[in-house]
Amino acid sequence: MAVSTNTILICAGGACISAGEKSVKQVLEEKLREYALDGVVRVVETGCMGACDLGPIVAVFPEGVYYQKVNAENVKKIVEEHILKGRVVEEMLFEGPQGKITEEVHEEHPFFKKQVKIATRNLGIIDPMNIDEYIARDGYFALIKTLTQMSPEEVIETVKKSGLRGRGGAGFPTGLKWELTRKSPADKKFVVCNADEGDPGAFMDRSILEGDPHTVLEAMTIAGYAIGGQKGYVYVRAEYPLAIERLRNAIKQAREYGFLGENILGTDFSFDIEIRIGAGAFVCGEETALMNSIEGKRGQPNVKPPYPAQKGLWGYPTLINNVETFANIPPIIIKGADWFASIGTETSKGTKVFALAGKVKNTGIVEVPMGITLRELIYDIGGGVPNGKKLKAIQTGGPSGGCIPAEYLDTPVDYESLKKLGAIMGSGGMIVMDEDTCMVDVAKFFLQFTVDESCGKCVPCREGTKRMLEILEKITSGEGEEEDIEKLEELGQTIIDSSLCGLGQTAPNPVLSTLKYFKDEYEAHVKEKICPAKVCKSLIRYVIDPDKCVGCTACARVCPVNAISGEVRKIHNIDPEICTRCGSCIEVCRFGAISKVSP
Amino acid sequence: MSKVKSLEDLMKIKEQALKELQMRDSKKKGKIVVAMGTCGIAAGAKDTLRAIVEALDKNHIVDVAVVQSGCMGLCEVEPTVEVRMEGQDPIIYGHVTPEQAERIVKQHVIEGKVVSDLVVRKGEV
Repeated sequence: MAVSTNTILICAGGACISAGEKSVKQVLEEKLREYALDGVVRVVETGCMGACDLGPIVAVFPEGVYYQKVNAENVKKIVEEHILKGRVVEEMLFEGPQGKITEEVHEEHPFFKKQVKIATRNLGIIDPMNIDEYIARDGYFALIKTLTQMSPEEVIETVKKSGLRGRGGAGFPTGLKWELTRKSPADKKFVVCNADEGDPGAFMDRSILEGDPHTVLEAMTIAGYAIGGQKGYVYVRAEYPLAIERLRNAIKQAREYGFLGENILGTDFSFDIEIRIGAGAFVCGEETALMNSIEGKRGQPNVKPPYPAQKGLWGYPTLINNVETFANIPPIIIKGADWFASIGTETSKGTKVFALAGKVKNTGIVEVPMGITLRELIYDIGGGVPNGKKLKAIQTGGPSGGCIPAEYLDTPVDYESLKKLGAIMGSGGMIVMDEDTCMVDVAKFFLQFTVDESCGKCVPCREGTKRMLEILEKITSGEGEEEDIEKLEELGQTIIDSSLCGLGQTAPNPVLSTLKYFKDEYEAHVKEKICPAKVCKSLIRYVIDPDKCVGCTACARVCPVNAISGEVRKIHNIDPEICTRCGSCIEVCRFGAISKVSP
Repeated sequence: MSKVKSLEDLMKIKEQALKELQMRDSKKKGKIVVAMGTCGIAAGAKDTLRAIVEALDKNHIVDVAVVQSGCMGLCEVEPTVEVRMEGQDPIIYGHVTPEQAERIVKQHVIEGKVVSDLVVRKGEV
C-alpha cells in the first residue's frame, strides 16, 4: 500500500456529485500532480457526509478540517494553502449552525455530538468502492461470527432481543419477521432488501447504499443464514444509478473474497445476491407489489395474508427488510443485543436516520437516538428555520405520513409518540415548514403524488384519492363549499378502511392530519376565500404600495405577461386580471413596494 | 484476491487496511510538521517529506501524523522539521535531508532520543 501523509476525503454522495464533486476531484488531482504531491497525499471518494446543502464537502485528514461549497476554482486554494503550507483556509471552513467547524470543535459540535451513528457509521469515512476499508471498520466480522459461532436460532434471538423494528416505516419487529420466515416450512427461501425508496424528500437509503454498500450485503447474508435462505435480491429503483453501480462493485468484491457464493468462509452455507432494478413506480415499495415486480410481473399489490414470510417470491417464504434495517444488523451481532437495546426508548430501540429537508438550515442526513425531541432534531442539529421565519409544522413519513404542528416540538421521536399525533415515523423523510407554507397546498401536493402513483388495482384508492384531490383543488381555487371539509374527512376514512395496500391505506393521512391541526386554514379558504399563508394563486393578488414605488420600471420590464403599467418615475400598477401570480416582480423590486394580499 | 476462509484471514486484511484508515485519524500520539513554504520547497522539503513518510511506513508507525506547514521564519536552515511527541517539548530540526529525516524517525520517534546535532530550537515557539 502506498504511503501517504494527508488523506483528502471528498463527499461523493448524490447531492455533492450534482453540486460538482467530479470536477473538484479532477482539479484536485491535477493540482496535486503539479506539486508532485500525488504520491503522498491520498484522495478518497466517500459516501454522504450528511451536510448536503453545503456540498461538495471536502475533509482533510489527519487534521480533521472540513471545507464546504468547494468548487473547481477554490479547491486549488486547499492544495496551495492547506496541503502545501499547512494553513487552514478560513473562509471555506464548514459552517454549522453554531459556527465554523475546525479540528478543535469537531467532536463538540452539536451537529455531530447529538448524533449517534449506527446505520450510517461508515458514511463519509470509508471508500465505498474498497471492500478492505469496510473490513478495517469491522466489516464482515459479524458474518464470520454468525457462521462460525452462532446457530440460526441464536442469530434470530439476538435480533429479537435487540428490539430492532422495521425502518421502512411500519415498525414491525425485525426479529419476529425473521423467526416467522424461518419457521415457514419450504425447501427454498429468499431474502429481499427493499431499496425502492420513493417518498419525496427521503434519501436515507440511497445514502447508505452509496456510502456503505457492503453493510447491506453482509446483513442480507446473515439474514439468509438465519432464515435458511439461499438467494437474496436487492430491489433498487432505477433513479439511483450511483447506488446501483456501487452495489454491483460491492457484490463483485464480496464474491472474490468468498463472502458470497458457494461455501462461504469454508462452511457449508451458500448464498448469493442479485440486483433487481425497479422502473420507478412508487407502489413497488409495497412488499407484495415489489415481489411481483421481481418476478417480472406488473408491479401491483396482492391481498395480505398470505404474508411474504409465508408465501413470497415465486410462492416461497421470503424475508423483506429495508436498507436501513439491514444496516443495523452487523453492529447488533458484533456488539450484542443489550448494547443496541440500551439506546432509545422503551418501545423504540436504537437510532433512526432522517433526511432533513425543507425550511431548515442544515438539510441532509442525520442519525439520532430514538426518543430525541423534535426540537433537538430541528434546532440543535438542523440549525433551525432560516431567514428568521417561524416554524409552522413538520411533515414526517412523506405521502403516507402527516404534519405535526410547532406546538408539539417537544414530542419524543419514536414510533408510538408520532403515531399518537396522527403522523408516522415513516421511512425517515422529515420536511420542515415555515410560516409561509399553506397547509391546504401541502396536503394537495402529497395527494397529487398518490393520485399519480396509485396503481389502479382497487377502487377506493384509484377513485377515492382522485375525488379528494378534486375537492382540494376546488378549495384552493376559491370555489370551496362548507360541506367539502366534511366530505374530505368521510372520504379519507373510507379510503383508509377499504384500500388494498399500504399506499391507499395511508394516502389520506396528509389531508386528515392537516385537517386535524389546521382546520382554521381550510375554513379560511372555504368561507372567507382567503389563503392565510398567501400561497394559493387563485386567492391572492399582487399589489404595489404607492408610498414605496419610485417608478423604476424594473417590475414592468420583468413581467412576462405585461400586467404592470406605469411610466418612468410614476407609480406603477398591477392589473389582477392579467397577472399570473408568478412572483417575478417581487424578486426584482429593490424598494419592497410589492406585496401579496389575500383576498 | 484469495478467498477469506477464517477469522485470521479477515484479521490480516483488517490490519492492513486499518493502517491506511488510521492515517486519517486526528487523534495521534505525535505529529511531524514539515515546513513547506517556498523556501523549504526550494531547499528540498518535498524529498524530506517523502523520506519521513516512507521511514514511518517502513517501521510500521501509524500513530504519528505527518502534516505540512508554511515557512516558520527559519529560511536559512531549511528544510526544517518539527517533531511533537506526546508529553515532550516540541523540537525543531534544521537542514533535514532525506537521510537525516530517516535518522530523526529512528532516533527521536522510535527511541525517544533527540537528535541533538540537528536541533535548531526546543520548546514552544
